[in-house]
Amino acid sequence: MLIYIARRVLAVAPVLFGVTLAVFSMLFLVPGDPVKIMLAEFVTTPEQIERMRAQLHLDEPVLQQYGRFVGNALRGDLGTSIRSRRPVTQEISDNLASTAQLALASMAVAVALGIPLGLIAALVRNSWLDLASLGVALLGVSMPSFWLGLLLIFTFSLHLGWFPATGGGDFLHLVLPAVTLGAIASAIIARLTRSSMLEVLGQDYVRTARAKGLTGWSVVLRHALKNALIPVLTIFGLQFGNLLAGTVIVETVFSRPGLGRLIVGGILAKDFPLVQGTVLFVATVYVMINVVVDVAYAVADPRIRLG
Amino acid sequence: MALEHPVSSTPAAGRGTMGRLARQRGAIAGLVVLGTLVVLALGAPWLNARDPIKTSVRDALQPPGPRFVLGSDQFGRDVASRVLHGARISLTVGLIAVSIATVLGAPIGLVAGYYGGWLDGVVMRVIDVLLAFPGILLALAIVSVLTPGLTNVMIAVGLSAVPTYARLVRASVLSARENLYVESARAIGAGDALILSRHVLPNVVAPLIVTATLGLGTAILSAAALSFLGLGSQPPLPEWGRMLSEGRDYLREAWWISTFPGLAIMVTVLAMNLLGDALRDVLDPRLKT
Repeated sequence: MLIYIARRVLAVAPVLFGVTLAVFSMLFLVPGDPVKIMLAEFVTTPEQIERMRAQLHLDEPVLQQYGRFVGNALRGDLGTSIRSRRPVTQEISDNLASTAQLALASMAVAVALGIPLGLIAALVRNSWLDLASLGVALLGVSMPSFWLGLLLIFTFSLHLGWFPATGGGDFLHLVLPAVTLGAIASAIIARLTRSSMLEVLGQDYVRTARAKGLTGWSVVLRHALKNALIPVLTIFGLQFGNLLAGTVIVETVFSRPGLGRLIVGGILAKDFPLVQGTVLFVATVYVMINVVVDVAYAVADPRIRLG
Repeated sequence: MALEHPVSSTPAAGRGTMGRLARQRGAIAGLVVLGTLVVLALGAPWLNARDPIKTSVRDALQPPGPRFVLGSDQFGRDVASRVLHGARISLTVGLIAVSIATVLGAPIGLVAGYYGGWLDGVVMRVIDVLLAFPGILLALAIVSVLTPGLTNVMIAVGLSAVPTYARLVRASVLSARENLYVESARAIGAGDALILSRHVLPNVVAPLIVTATLGLGTAILSAAALSFLGLGSQPPLPEWGRMLSEGRDYLREAWWISTFPGLAIMVTVLAMNLLGDALRDVLDPRLKT
């Protein structure tokens, strides 16, 4: 088991390496002079531009810059925001909790809604209830999250007044954004749970259990569910990534502080160091989460770690 | 959800007759909706006499009614007209983004899967790195480099889908390569070009069509999302995502400004999903979970 974990962690090292390379090269792929673009909204003299260039070490050889970039990143220095003059790591840590809360709460909503719905649909397959839930799930994956968010604000904030429309901070501010993201993700999870469950229910060992005389529910819960959930677990990582990315949109809809809003604001302000640092951080977190999910998958399915 | 894996893990819904009927009806519904959209989009300038861009302050914020079918926005512009014209923009953006992803991704996947070896190794590493950026993050990074704008959003959405398409094509090629007839073709001396075109390509086309159809919906969704964030189309272009964003400030008094563009997006993506799911059932049952 430990060997599997070690192997998995080592496997991501080159990926992370590549990620730093990709993020680093962003500045060089900018058409035009990145420094001039960054300082476009400030009135500057040529000397100030050159000073900024030197400050960002853009006059050094590329390889040296990359080494500096990675070295700094490993030491927790992701540069300084052009706009706020604060270290990027500080900006990230200020916004991290809010985004983490949203991502986790959304995941909880998605799982709490999606798995039961998928299960029920599988158990009543081909009935009108099943098709209705499939229809709802289809609507869910087709729906823009920003639209759903606005609809929820309109209904539950502006009209019913149950929840605040914007801002962050406490639980009440978390509900609508989490439901927005979670509902859409739950549609995907529901579809997968349903199909996975259907497949498992058709397996021989389920028929054996039934032949042994076990009641329907016992069969479902004891034998089928565990195995049906394994494919769901595999997309857990992918879904979490989608949720993480989805926070970008939802945070903007609800004017909620977070990494997503940080990135968008940075892009609009041409604040490259901020965007680079935050993107690097989010990508790294995503890779790490996938490692954790892979390990969990291996724990759940012995065939993986022994195969 | 923006930029999720285009090959969604849809259920082999209803192996029974009822399910199959629903599928077929779904496909027909999807085609009908799509066809209607295309017709509306192409005919937008003639269908609705109202100018989608010209402002008229005295007509501002009118609710849906006899004068303005879907209401008017804060500048007095006809929402229905803007939604119609927005269809052209969204469909174009989606088509171009998917084209970019296919034209770039398919050859890469083809070469990597067919020739294998170190080339394949390198390509897979690069794809892994690019896929380490979740969802819309890759597109965001590309937009930040290229600077905001509708064209750049198209490019960003297209480029960010390349790794997925490449991986998909590669997988199809790998499975085709395993086939005996490729080995036998090789044995009788058939050249690479012949093998690729005669045996490999047909295997690749089916999943690619499914992915592209589903991907069209995803691309439209992502592009609208980026525009909603203010990184895409600039005013006064009647792009759906942006319209939603502009309507946000007027949600209380004029809900129609945001609602109808959003509905349009959902209906469009829904049609793509219906069509894509049905195509998958028909063309490549192996993709069913």
